[in-house]
Amino acid sequence: MKVRIPSPLLSYTRSKEVSATGATLTELLTDLDRQFPGLRFRLIDELDQLRPHMRIFVNRDQVRDLAHPLAPGDSVQIIQALSGG
Amino acid sequence: MARKSVRSTVLSGQRPKRAPSPSLAVLVATRKGAFVLRSDSTRRSWRLSKPIMLGHIVHHLLLDPRDGRSMLMAARTGHLGPTVFRSADAGRTWKEASRPPAFRQTGAGQKKHVVDHTFWLTPGHPSEPKVWYAGTSPQGLFRSEDSGDTWEPVAGLNDHPEYSQWMGWLENGTPDGPKLHSVLVDPRDAAHLYVAMSSGGVHESLDRGTTWTALVQGEEVVEQFDASRLDFHDPHCVRLSPANPDRLYQQNHCGIYRLDRPGVEWTRIGRSMPKSVGDIGFPMVVHPREVDTLWVFPMDGGGVWPRTSPGGRPAAYRSRNGGGSWQRQDRGLPRRDAWWTVKRQAMSADAADPLGLYFGTTSGELWASRNEGESWSCIARHLPEIYAVEAVELRR
Repeated sequence: MKVRIPSPLLSYTRSKEVSATGATLTELLTDLDRQFPGLRFRLIDELDQLRPHMRIFVNRDQVRDLAHPLAPGDSVQIIQALSGG
Repeated sequence: MARKSVRSTVLSGQRPKRAPSPSLAVLVATRKGAFVLRSDSTRRSWRLSKPIMLGHIVHHLLLDPRDGRSMLMAARTGHLGPTVFRSADAGRTWKEASRPPAFRQTGAGQKKHVVDHTFWLTPGHPSEPKVWYAGTSPQGLFRSEDSGDTWEPVAGLNDHPEYSQWMGWLENGTPDGPKLHSVLVDPRDAAHLYVAMSSGGVHESLDRGTTWTALVQGEEVVEQFDASRLDFHDPHCVRLSPANPDRLYQQNHCGIYRLDRPGVEWTRIGRSMPKSVGDIGFPMVVHPREVDTLWVFPMDGGGVWPRTSPGGRPAAYRSRNGGGSWQRQDRGLPRRDAWWTVKRQAMSADAADPLGLYFGTTSGELWASRNEGESWSCIARHLPEIYAVEAVELRR
């Protein structure tokens, strides 16, 4: 499925949209990390929690549960929440 | 160690060969990326690099003195989690660590932590050329045995049964998060370590971090708090004298201290600072060749703790007698209306003779002295807020 990548992670993917597979968000992130080593830890902490200023949307719905199931036609969007200064 | 003068051997019929002079560099970690200033051994002119990892919050950038070329950088961004970048070519190219410092997940019911940022980096003992240590926020100690590519928690500290009593509530930490810092390796013994924690006190290990003993006796804590509780101890910066590794100095939240091992009781040597300045601050530099010579950079720790230069008049203070007396060193620095300060990693010395000193300010200025603090000049300005400064010699 297609995964939209935010600008802070482009140093890993070099592309705003990449393809990855997985039956859940956890599996999808594992596949992304396999393709783009290091990406997952910048997004997910050691307690398997989404980092505070990152968000994941599946088909326009915000999802925080990494066990969330995915279907082949789903679209996944990783975005950066407001943060900075 | 004094920088050696270089003499060329003149061979018949050949031009004298000049040995390459070491390239002096000042590594600057800032809230918006890292920078490198380079000079030759005269230290008279400096070239500022382009930003490295622009936009990353860089807490520490260090050269490996064991090879003079490898660098590690502790970084994160406002959005992305903490990581460590590595360079094998003195900062020209960078690769990310395969496994950055991260707490090991503990069993159900135990308190769990997440590394917010790696704060402090220390190269290991020369006999262990690939070993590095990292201190994190919240307090954690990590060790790499492959030049910073993969990091393992030092379980003897991170999983210590008294961890919670040492650190207290994490939300009570310093404004940018509680930290483990001042990771010191005894140059005579790779297994002998010191660390300091804000909060949590100073601790010593004789077995590479497997077991730890607190070293806080004699330290004061904030008035009305209980000095017997480690979580009330707030060392800001601890340094070991390279000239005598049994001499430790400490800039604490509550004064300047000295400890001569094997003694275990700190002596407050900041009492001899001028009353109008006080002995509160963050950074501390110890002369690499003179055990009794050190510098501090005081800040205003009165009232609501402005953490600015006292009276808006910044100055370093030097002692040449182990803290018995102090001399103000402010020639060249702003005489008034300078309300910046210097963070705990943002003051450093080179190894030249006379010693060069460097400090970076919260307002993004980098100041240098070529004469052991007798006079100062600004060598870079308009940088982001400076978190750490390290003077190093690059090998070519």
